[in-house]
Amino acid sequence: MQFLISLHINPAVLDALTDEEKAAIGDGHAAFIAALKESGELITTQALVDPSQAAVVSVRNGQPVVTDGPFLESKEYLGGFYLLDCENKERAIELALRIPDTAIEGLGVEVRQVMFADGQLEA
Amino acid sequence: MTARAIEDLLRELTPQVLGALVRRHGRFEGCEDAVQEAVLAAAVQWPAEGVPDNPRGWLVTVASRRLIDQVRSDHARRERESRTAAEVVPEDVPDTDDTLVLLFLCCHPTLTAASQTALTLRAVGGLTTAEIASAFLVPQATMAARISRAKQRIRAAGSSFSLPRGAEREERLRVVLHVLYLIFNEGYTASSGRELHRADLAHEAIRLTRTVHAQLPEDGEVTGLLALMLLTHARRRARTTASGDLVPLDEQDRTKWDRAMIDEGVELVKASLAGPALGPYRLQAAIAATHAGAARAEETNWRQVHALYLILERIAPNPMVTLNRAIALAETEGPAAGLALLSALDGDERMAGHHRLLSVRAHLLEKTGDTAGAYEHYRRAARSTASIAERRHLESRARRVRP
Repeated sequence: MQFLISLHINPAVLDALTDEEKAAIGDGHAAFIAALKESGELITTQALVDPSQAAVVSVRNGQPVVTDGPFLESKEYLGGFYLLDCENKERAIELALRIPDTAIEGLGVEVRQVMFADGQLEA
Repeated sequence: MTARAIEDLLRELTPQVLGALVRRHGRFEGCEDAVQEAVLAAAVQWPAEGVPDNPRGWLVTVASRRLIDQVRSDHARRERESRTAAEVVPEDVPDTDDTLVLLFLCCHPTLTAASQTALTLRAVGGLTTAEIASAFLVPQATMAARISRAKQRIRAAGSSFSLPRGAEREERLRVVLHVLYLIFNEGYTASSGRELHRADLAHEAIRLTRTVHAQLPEDGEVTGLLALMLLTHARRRARTTASGDLVPLDEQDRTKWDRAMIDEGVELVKASLAGPALGPYRLQAAIAATHAGAARAEETNWRQVHALYLILERIAPNPMVTLNRAIALAETEGPAAGLALLSALDGDERMAGHHRLLSVRAHLLEKTGDTAGAYEHYRRAARSTASIAERRHLESRARRVRP
């Protein structure tokens, strides 16, 4: 079964962390990735640029409308994700609990099963 | 020989060659890699240069050479001196079929189900890592890591290359059958994108189960599992529309069922039920055979289906079985009786919010004329499923009863 673990970040919360705390998060993710690769459960993982760099696009009356900034005005934004292939939802949750973000108030880690997949996974 | 025929031959020979190698040299992990390389070499060479007179012997020889190369380079790395490993290139090829021993090894209980299925498909099924990755819709690197980790675990568990005995053999055989069943289901429940590859998994599961059946013709559960697969696979052309929508059993065009496959399945069911004890695969096959025996949905012998589910519930209690019995009960005693049985599942944690419970309840509510209740449950079921085809089907059911 495939699961998307989405990481919801709060830029204000991240800014308030000390350098050591930030480094610990980075190390935690690196160790998590290494373990997933070794067990054959990682499909891919990606981190996204700051939400301020996003562009929202729509088409109105056939005309494109492009607005700088994120779609939702919110405190939390999608910061990145892990795409996994593992035994079941319990295993996905067990893995998600190892992500360093789970220990930080204000950051969100969400697990959802994938329903449809297509495209080239080999990058 | 055509490329396709060569491919089939290679898949058939893979477990035999691997068995011969492991018997001779031990070290399953290294042998498995060596055989995979030999098979790849054959897949390139044979179509161009012709199939050798003794294809099995050719593969054993080439794989043995690869293994020796591998041992030598390991040696050189470790000791920085080139002491030649004894060159053992077998002239004779043993006649024993080690497929079963390999299956037991690949379905080792210390492995997760995902690793057991992957390793079985590669070492016994003769599929390449790329083919397995594509069938399970994961990148090749992910699948390669999973297979190599599985092999390390088997080595760490210190298994011997022999059939387990007595009670352990029985227990391990159940694991093997479960893995074959999982491979079949993975192909059968194809819900998105690359259906073709996934249908191949169902085909592959049937092929492997046939091999086990050929070696253990007296085992009723092996026979039952093979029958269940055949009877289920026989419906493949009827269970989806051209646009990929699901067609439920009672609405399927039964003339599209594969008759030859059904006949074979029914014969196997009869043979399996003649044995002493009953097991879950035999019973599920008997249920499938009962459905196959009805030319039209209205002619289904629901009393027999219900009786079979009742026995299944007794020997292998499981909420899914109770759920299916509720459907049969509703057909014989009316929807209210079915709904009453479903309420027994409400307290079961495994079924809480499960889309199957919601959709069966919706179906039975619809039969009682409670369209509002049916609408609500179809909608909730549609939101709960992880299959797109099933969601579309449930949404269309909801639209049909919309108050």
